[in-house]
Amino acid sequence: MSDIVLDVRNLRVEFPTRKGILTAVDDVSLTIRKGEILGMVGESGAGKSMTGMAILGLLEPPGRIASGAIHLSGDRIDTLSDREMQDIRGRRIGAIFQDPLTSLNPLFRVGDQLVETIRLHTDLGKAQARARARDLMREVGIPAVEERIDNYPHQFSGGMRQRIVIALALCAEPELIVADEPTTALDVSIQAQITALLKRLCRERGTAVMLVTHDMGVIAETADRVAVMYAGRLAEVGAVEDVVRRPQHPYTAGLMGSIPSLRSEAEELRMIPGAMPRLDAIPQGCAFHPRCEHAGPKCRRAVPRIDGPGAACWLALEGETA
Amino acid sequence: MSLRPDAILEVDALERRFDVSAPWLNRLIERKPRRTLRAVDGVDFIIRRGQTLALVGESGCGKSTIAKLVTGLHAPSGGAIRFHGDRDRLQMIFQDPYASLNPRWRVGRIVAEPLRTLRPGTPEAEVSARVDELLRTVGLSPSDGLKFPHEFSGGQRQRISIARALAGEPEFLVCDEPTSALDVSVQAQVLNLMKRLQKEMDLTYLFISHDLSVVRHMADVIAVMYLGRIVEIQPTADLFASPLHPYTRLLLETIPDLEAPKRDRSPMGGEVPSPVSPPPGCSFHPRCPLAFDRCRAERPQRRPEVHDRRVACFACEETADV
Repeated sequence: MSDIVLDVRNLRVEFPTRKGILTAVDDVSLTIRKGEILGMVGESGAGKSMTGMAILGLLEPPGRIASGAIHLSGDRIDTLSDREMQDIRGRRIGAIFQDPLTSLNPLFRVGDQLVETIRLHTDLGKAQARARARDLMREVGIPAVEERIDNYPHQFSGGMRQRIVIALALCAEPELIVADEPTTALDVSIQAQITALLKRLCRERGTAVMLVTHDMGVIAETADRVAVMYAGRLAEVGAVEDVVRRPQHPYTAGLMGSIPSLRSEAEELRMIPGAMPRLDAIPQGCAFHPRCEHAGPKCRRAVPRIDGPGAACWLALEGETA
Repeated sequence: MSLRPDAILEVDALERRFDVSAPWLNRLIERKPRRTLRAVDGVDFIIRRGQTLALVGESGCGKSTIAKLVTGLHAPSGGAIRFHGDRDRLQMIFQDPYASLNPRWRVGRIVAEPLRTLRPGTPEAEVSARVDELLRTVGLSPSDGLKFPHEFSGGQRQRISIARALAGEPEFLVCDEPTSALDVSVQAQVLNLMKRLQKEMDLTYLFISHDLSVVRHMADVIAVMYLGRIVEIQPTADLFASPLHPYTRLLLETIPDLEAPKRDRSPMGGEVPSPVSPPPGCSFHPRCPLAFDRCRAERPQRRPEVHDRRVACFACEETADV
């Protein structure tokens, strides 16, 4: 049996609007193996969250998967009905979002929410499920579990709430976790605790993780591989140490250069001129060419694409842009 | 206590308390006491003309409250703020470029407003020439003055905020997380712009941020805050070369290192306690690896006479000469 948990092929997500069809995700192909953390990074509007939502089957209408296929451990999931997808979510795919309060019901004790989720997805009885909930809370690092299990979400701090959400996502031992900006709302010292926790749990359980974030630092710390997105397309895919240290795509290089470094003494930060195009005005050819210093005639004409590791850039693919 | 002729701002024993008691009737029925939140609890610092002092810390440490006290949006509960400049030439840039611009005004009118307030009776032609010049200074075009804020991206809006601040001919700018809402590549553009303007116009910045790598790039002196107090203040290079306070070291440790990805860390545990009921003694002691008996009983004293290099920590006092 292959250890590929998630396989996304040529995914395209569209939003029909009055002004025409907007393509939020275009021709995205990627895989995640068992126990692997794939970081999806990009700036706002790059399509990284949209890719995660498409995998979860949570695209808001009129958004829709226009073409491509998503397989979870060999089973095709993008063609399932909402009802069937609901069963997959929770049991086989866990989700962690930026704001832990959106994943928790404010009116129920956290212990009851955990028990409910565990019983929904497993055959455990009430007492067993409660014991399991306690174990999970301990595992995600909640102190004084016996007291806290009967607390309401508002009685926890932001970091503790996110730990509960992680426990919820792990309830049914899913094969895949989609974590969309799980640390963005947290303070830096708590951020490090949460990423370390996510990393440890996935390593121990062999869970595949798609970590969606705008923060290259979080990716560098946590992910095994990185997929950089720009204007709905993959710009670069590779092992984290390669992408961070030797970025091939001019956009990735610019992104890395614009992060204030703790080591360099540069007076000026490197800038990428301009801004990412809006979805209704994505340029012809390579979407990055108007901001790229290496752009040549080919970049204006044809879209560079990648299916696996590499950079979607004519310069990287063919060595020239003529 | 004006000791330094080159100081533009002196802050002495600054305090700000907020009443966070339950409503009167609840207090009466449930016999709850009044509760006070000490958002700023005895803070001293000076800023020299043309320099940047950064306040850094996690949410709830009181850094934004200080920004509001310095700009006069809050009145201090104790202590003093002495501004040795022209009060009218103090401006502020806020974090959220979406909330701080009037959506019904055209950009030209937004930028012109401080100008008209500062110099009433300026001929219209002169005002509009100055607005055009300001828009050009921040990298926008004069024709952008005819548009509304919603037509701009986040980074462009922050440029408009900067143009508006500059219209007041400031000598002192309070910047509260000016780039936190922006994507990194746009953040680099705004930070570079702010540095360039500082040099050209001899501006003084009070720069507030939670991001140590941004602060390192911008500040001459850094003050680290924890629960309403400054725990350490040092010139930027020294703070990064030899951080003294255990909390500063914790913060530095949490910054992901892009040059050494996939690092496994053991992040420091614990969370920031509630500022309504801070721990006795040094408020950092429950999380501090160096804490001993004295830290639990006694609070490190303020030492307002030392300006640029002090640490509020008993453990450090014993080992280092500061």
